[in-house]
Amino acid sequence: MVGIVFVSADGGEREVEAPVGATVMLAAIRNDIRGIDAECGGSLNCATCHVYLDPACLPLVPGPSHDEAALLAHVSAERRPTSRLSCQIAIAPGLPRLRVALPEHQTCPF
Amino acid sequence: MPVLAGAVAPRGASHHLVVVGGSYAGLQAVASARESGFGGRVTLITAEDHPPYQRPPLSKAYLLGKVAEDALPLRAESFYRDAAIDLVTGCRVSHLDPVRRTITCGQDRPMPFDALVIACGARARRLAVPGAELDGVVVLRDLADARALRERLTAATSVLIVGGGYIGLEVAASAASLGKPVVVLEAGPRLLARAVPPQISDHLVRLHRRRGVTIRLGTGLDRLDGEGGRVVRAMGSDGARYPCDLVVVGVGAVPNVDFAQACGLATPAGIAIDAFCRTGMEGVYAAGDCTVQPNAFADSPLRLECVQNAMDQGRSAGAAVAGRPEPCPGIPRFWSDQFDAKLQSVGLSAGSDLSVSRGSSEEGRFSLFHFRQGHLRAVDSVNRPGDQIIGRRFLAAGLSPTPDQARDPAFDLRTLLPVS
Ligand SMILES: Cc1cc2nc3c(=O)[nH]c(=O)nc-3n(C[C@H](O)[C@H](O)[C@H](O)COP(=O)(O)OP(=O)(O)OC[C@H]3O[C@@H](n4cnc5c(N)ncnc54)[C@H](O)[C@@H]3O)c2cc1C
Ligand code: FES
Repeated sequence: MVGIVFVSADGGEREVEAPVGATVMLAAIRNDIRGIDAECGGSLNCATCHVYLDPACLPLVPGPSHDEAALLAHVSAERRPTSRLSCQIAIAPGLPRLRVALPEHQTCPF
Repeated sequence: MPVLAGAVAPRGASHHLVVVGGSYAGLQAVASARESGFGGRVTLITAEDHPPYQRPPLSKAYLLGKVAEDALPLRAESFYRDAAIDLVTGCRVSHLDPVRRTITCGQDRPMPFDALVIACGARARRLAVPGAELDGVVVLRDLADARALRERLTAATSVLIVGGGYIGLEVAASAASLGKPVVVLEAGPRLLARAVPPQISDHLVRLHRRRGVTIRLGTGLDRLDGEGGRVVRAMGSDGARYPCDLVVVGVGAVPNVDFAQACGLATPAGIAIDAFCRTGMEGVYAAGDCTVQPNAFADSPLRLECVQNAMDQGRSAGAAVAGRPEPCPGIPRFWSDQFDAKLQSVGLSAGSDLSVSRGSSEEGRFSLFHFRQGHLRAVDSVNRPGDQIIGRRFLAAGLSPTPDQARDPAFDLRTLLPVS
């Protein structure tokens, strides 16, 4: 199990546990974390699972694939260098606790 | 369609919203009703024994054993509690009384509603050939089907797929990936003929054949033969016999409109709704695979079968119930995963007069941009999700690249879009 701290747009924090093999997106859905829509269920279609990874956690996980980066270019909230699609962040064995912030909105205006 | 113009939706605390159908459209309707401020009672009824779950993985990652059942629920249990949604499972609504404004599940007492959303989706179409009732002949629509199919697939020695549509091809890819010999019979001249242009069909034929799937185009199924009640072979319209101990029928879906049809709300083609998901009956809405809705991309009302449409319509219906009607965006969007190919479509390519490609089929990453009279109508992609989201933004904004810009992979299409 890996702890994931979700920081909501208004600053509230909640820590949940995610099993190895899951993704940050799945942990959010299972724990009813508001602010991650994940309309496509993790199949890299929707860009509604956008999060900001804490800068300290960036080196802990592999960077975005070409396709993830392409979708990140169209997220509806501000895109930052720490932007990731949470369905693409896998919980690997040995991963220390992750901290992710939720953007103000997900659903694209299109 | 007689829609009561300007009818104010009930939304006070004493009002009861009933949603029938616990999948993408129904769940989104209750979630959106709450998000839009609906303060009344909310009941979500589904015929299945499970809370709403994801369907796309059932033919892909779930069949391959890559996704477990506990990863399928669309929402955590606490969602229903926190949003004060009464979730009723295992209850199939059989009757709608439009005068008393009640619905009934079998022998249960009628349940009154003030607002109703019908989101009953669709069911798999069955085969009408001799032998269709044999053991070993299955369809795939829900989790119960998927559980059964997964078990049978493990034991199967040769798999026959009837129908080269999305479900058939996804199951074919999953079965072949599990090392099973697979034959696909497709009666039409190409794969996915109704959904994608020929270039994508051709790409898929090559992909499947390269992975060992036998694809027979222009070949229907005449008959299934059994031994001891179990299917053992299929007779194709090409006169060939295909030995098989598992037959997966993927010949389309029909909308679940039984009780809606009985009270005059629907035809066998679906429940007609307007842009706000209103039916012809005041306070009664419908959303998802069971509906037909006018669509800017088509000349006549459309029944779309995809997750995004179910969610878009569910959102629109939920907002309308809460008294904040918002029209459905109506941009058709679909995806499918087969082997390592991610197939995606946005818009509708039918009726276009020019298609240009970006990327190449040989590289396994390409998109087709479809135009009518120089204006973008649709984008179909294989492994280019970035093009999809760009296409979606163009279509939503009513903008278009030129065909030359679309076919030039070095041209950054984003520069044509308004800054988001
Ligand atoms: C195996 C599979 C793979 C798919 N893959 C993709 C994909 O990759 N991408 C994509 O976009 N789409 C895909 N689809 C299509 C997508 O799943 C559907 O478009 C979507 O589920 C439609 O949602 P819905 O809410 O309208 O209806 P449904 O998902 O059909 O759900 C309807 C629900 O209503 C219930 N119900 C029906 N009648 C009654 C009644 N009388 N009383 C109570 N409850 C009732 C049903 O039991 C069901 O639970 C796939 C579908 C399947 C089956
Ligand atoms: S859930 Fe859709 S892209 Fe992550």
